[in-house]
Amino acid sequence: MTAPTLIFGWGNPSRGDDALGPALLDAVEALRDAHPEWGPVELLTDFQLQVEHALDLEGRDRVLFVDASAAPDDAPFRAAPILPAKDASFTSHALSPQGVMHVFTEIKRMPPPPCTLLAIAGEAFELGEPLSAAAQAHLDAALAWTKAWLAAE
Amino acid sequence: MRHQFELETARNPEALKRIVIEPVSRVEGHGKVTILLDDDNQVHQVRLHIVEFRGFEKFIEGRPYWEVPVLVQRLCGICPVSHHLAASKAMDMIVNGGILTPTAEKIRRLMHYGQMLQSHALHFFHLSSPDLLFGFDSDVARRNIVGVAAANPDVAKMGVLLRKFGQEVIRVTSGKRVHGTGSIPGGVNKSLSLEERDYLLKDADQMIAWSRDAVRIIKTLHRSNPALYDVFGDVPTTMMSLVDDKGDLDFYHGALRARDKDGEVIFDQVSYQGYSSLLTEGVKPWSYMKFPYITTLGEEKGWYKVGPLARVQNCDRIPTPQAEEERLELIAHGNGKPMHGSLGFHWARMIEMLCAAETIKDLLLDPDIMGAELMATGPRREEGIGVIEAPRGTLFHHYRVNADDVVTYANLIVSTTNNNTAMNVAVRDVAKNYLQGHEITEGLLNHIEVAIRCFDPCLSCATHALGKMPLEVTLVDASGREIDRMTKDSEGRVGKGAA
Repeated sequence: MTAPTLIFGWGNPSRGDDALGPALLDAVEALRDAHPEWGPVELLTDFQLQVEHALDLEGRDRVLFVDASAAPDDAPFRAAPILPAKDASFTSHALSPQGVMHVFTEIKRMPPPPCTLLAIAGEAFELGEPLSAAAQAHLDAALAWTKAWLAAE
Repeated sequence: MRHQFELETARNPEALKRIVIEPVSRVEGHGKVTILLDDDNQVHQVRLHIVEFRGFEKFIEGRPYWEVPVLVQRLCGICPVSHHLAASKAMDMIVNGGILTPTAEKIRRLMHYGQMLQSHALHFFHLSSPDLLFGFDSDVARRNIVGVAAANPDVAKMGVLLRKFGQEVIRVTSGKRVHGTGSIPGGVNKSLSLEERDYLLKDADQMIAWSRDAVRIIKTLHRSNPALYDVFGDVPTTMMSLVDDKGDLDFYHGALRARDKDGEVIFDQVSYQGYSSLLTEGVKPWSYMKFPYITTLGEEKGWYKVGPLARVQNCDRIPTPQAEEERLELIAHGNGKPMHGSLGFHWARMIEMLCAAETIKDLLLDPDIMGAELMATGPRREEGIGVIEAPRGTLFHHYRVNADDVVTYANLIVSTTNNNTAMNVAVRDVAKNYLQGHEITEGLLNHIEVAIRCFDPCLSCATHALGKMPLEVTLVDASGREIDRMTKDSEGRVGKGAA
């Protein structure tokens, strides 16, 4: 049976703060046995979002997309509902979450489930580097928010 | 005769306008194109700069050898299986001299052909089809996969499901959707259960049919406009790839063959264990990325191309019936001469996808993939070289391991590096034929990107945090003053005007 809640975190675990998405999944994985109130939660990861990930949205009640953000920002993270969008992204080796939702509507001919994007601020993205200290702090803050999101009806 | 170094270096670069496209869109990582123009927009110099995979070897050295096949998947988020298998083949040499059980070899082949199918499907349906179906200078807001889905929902759906099937083959054979551990030095750590075999087999015929449809789409496009498809990004050069011991196409294993631009064999059945003397990794002062060439032919004549268009024209036969039929049609299109127009890569790529789909079915019907003999043993060595045909071309992994099982030396020549000179020549050909004397527009600049995308370069990989990947084009006058700028942000929004 498909879990009603999906958290999809993406990024390369070996490229510094690009690991923030997968790292949040690891943190949720470590906590979920102690939180039966969250209900069934599926945790999926990949290096980038791609077209086939539209198929992972099927049968969900809610979806949380999680990525590192390289945009200059004072906030440790930002979270907001997102809608399908005709993503004009020119990098088709990597779709935006809004683009994935739009591909879902095109191939399934129905609206996607409610989706939220959690963008956690990162600073350094070099191969072989661990999470930066700032990113680790941002991850902790984002995890607190995610726990509340999971606990919400 | 055109010279490959034509337009590489201008005589008076200080007096020319400079256009910089950075990074090149729809390719991985960081690449940029610089074009120097005079006041009449005449092209004097064109260079494709790619940030080399610097740091990869250092990332690997000092690690225990058995970690390497898993570790190297972190090098590339687009084709991690290629690195996984090339490193495994090299480490096979270390642990047992390169011996594999039939089950281990076939499981690895299944994984690799699954990757070939999903990578080629992604490239054609989601990377290149927007250009091919809508036109190189069509509305930029429509020229993407979502535009394809809106205009051609069946084509877009076919691409998604082909890609998904290839990913499932990888998941079943490697144990996980990403960061799989299936291939290990000396063999594999799992074979297929009957349930897994049947799960994949039920969709195999559909994948073959859709792959054949994809060949028909690109073949029709090619034949409908030969004036474009046969000559765009023309790169008449040597072609190099692995072939098996009968000269057949083989993505997983074989020996090296090269043909010259007219199709004559230069060398054949050369063991890749001698790659370091066969090839020289040339350098140029203006690029971090190396420019390999065949040593005996020298830098000027020895550069070559790899990848689908080289493989399909280099082999004597494709060992699956439908793909072989299609190969013969491609060869016939050339009227006895190899095809060198860069858009031919797409046709060859779809033939390879069909071959991959057919081969996956053949392997699924082979009882060895459910066998129990997973590992082979043999004499320990200190050095190993593994080569495979990755989706983008020939991929070399070379390691030395000390008595403490630690990697002391690593050298990688990735497909994109092998194609470095060929991509530069293609870009120069397009710049000369399409940009010369014209005002620069987004559509014209996209012609440059179309030429690069034919080769499907995979640059430094897998940092795709939100907010990255802008595209910037800057025009600079002879004094170095910026006179115009064009930008595309990560959402594809286009802006114009000097900063």
